[in-house]
Amino acid sequence: MSDTPTTELAEIPADVLARVGQVQYEEEGGFPVEHGYIWSTCAAVENANPLFWDDEVAAHLTDGPIAPPTMLSVWFRPHHWSPGRTEPAVPLQAHFDLKDELELPEAIISSNTITFHDPVRIGDRVRSRQVLRSVSDPKTTKLGRGRFWVIDVEYLNQDDALLGVESYTAFGYRREAS
Amino acid sequence: MTARLLHGDVAVGDTLPELGVDVTATTVVLGALASRDWRPMHHDKDFAVKRNGTKDIFLNTPNQAAWFERYVTDWTGPTGRLGRMTFRMNTSVFPGDHMVFDATVTGTDVDAAGCGWVDLDVALMVGDVATTTCAVRVALPTHDGDNPWARSGQGWRPGDGAAG
Repeated sequence: MSDTPTTELAEIPADVLARVGQVQYEEEGGFPVEHGYIWSTCAAVENANPLFWDDEVAAHLTDGPIAPPTMLSVWFRPHHWSPGRTEPAVPLQAHFDLKDELELPEAIISSNTITFHDPVRIGDRVRSRQVLRSVSDPKTTKLGRGRFWVIDVEYLNQDDALLGVESYTAFGYRREAS
Repeated sequence: MTARLLHGDVAVGDTLPELGVDVTATTVVLGALASRDWRPMHHDKDFAVKRNGTKDIFLNTPNQAAWFERYVTDWTGPTGRLGRMTFRMNTSVFPGDHMVFDATVTGTDVDAAGCGWVDLDVALMVGDVATTTCAVRVALPTHDGDNPWARSGQGWRPGDGAAG
C-alpha cells in the first residue's frame, strides 16, 4: 500500500464530510425477534448450546430466552418480498452512497467487527442505524486507487438499549487501467 | 447444567479442539435462509457460476459468524459470553469442501469491572487455506458464582481489550 497523493481522485464532497458521526438510515426490523429463526440458525450450524434449547438454562443464566449474539443483523434484514415494494432493499445504504458520491465504482469490505452489548430477547423490536465514522485520504492498493471508509451499524431495542455494533471497514476504488 | 469453563482454566498458547465439517449444498442453503440472506449466490448455482464467477454457491458471512460462535461456545459452555468478533474474509467456502475450525488463546485478562476475558485467534481452514480468520474476545466466569451474562452497563465492556 502506498500513501502517494493522487490527482485523479476527486476531493471528498463537503456534505460527505459533514455526515461523519451523524446517524443515517434508522430503520426497524420487519418482525419481532422470534424463536423459530433462533432454532433454525442453531440447527444450520448444529449448535447444541443449551442456552438456546433449554428454558431452564436460559432462565438461570440470562433471565429468559435470548438469541445467539451473532444473529444480531438477522432481525432487521428485509423480507424477500413485501406488499408495495418495487425495488429490492439494499443493506448498508451508507456504503453505496459513498461509492456514488466519491465516484469509486468498486468496493470491498476489508474487515468487519461485531461488538455485542445487551442480549437480544424474544419479542424485541430491533432497529438499526448507520453512522459514517471516517473516510481516508487517497490510498493505492493492489486493487486500485481509492479510499478506505468505516461505517458503523448500531442495533438498539425498543427501550433504546444498545444491542451491538457492526463496524465495517471498506475500500472503495477504481480499477487501474490495463 | 452443562460443564463450564472458568477463566482460570485457560492460558495463553492453549489450543481448542478442532471441529471438522463436510460442507454440502444443504449446509450453504440452510445457513443462508436461517440468516435471512436471500441473495441468489447462496442458493442458485447457475447464478453463482455465471454471474459471480465462482465455482459454486458459497457460505454467506452471517452463517460463517454462526459457525464461529458455535465453535467457541462448544468450548466455553453456555456461560461463555461473546464480547467481540473481527472477521477477515480471504476466500469462499463451497459445497464439497471439508472445513476445519481451529483456535489458539492469544490473551487473558480481567478488566476493571472484574470481568474475565479470553482472546482467541480462530481460523476456518479448507485444506491449507485459512478462508476466514476471526479474532474473538469472549468472557468466562472468574469463579463458580460468576456469570458473565449477568453483567450490564459499566460492568460489561466488550469494546475494551486487545482482540480485533
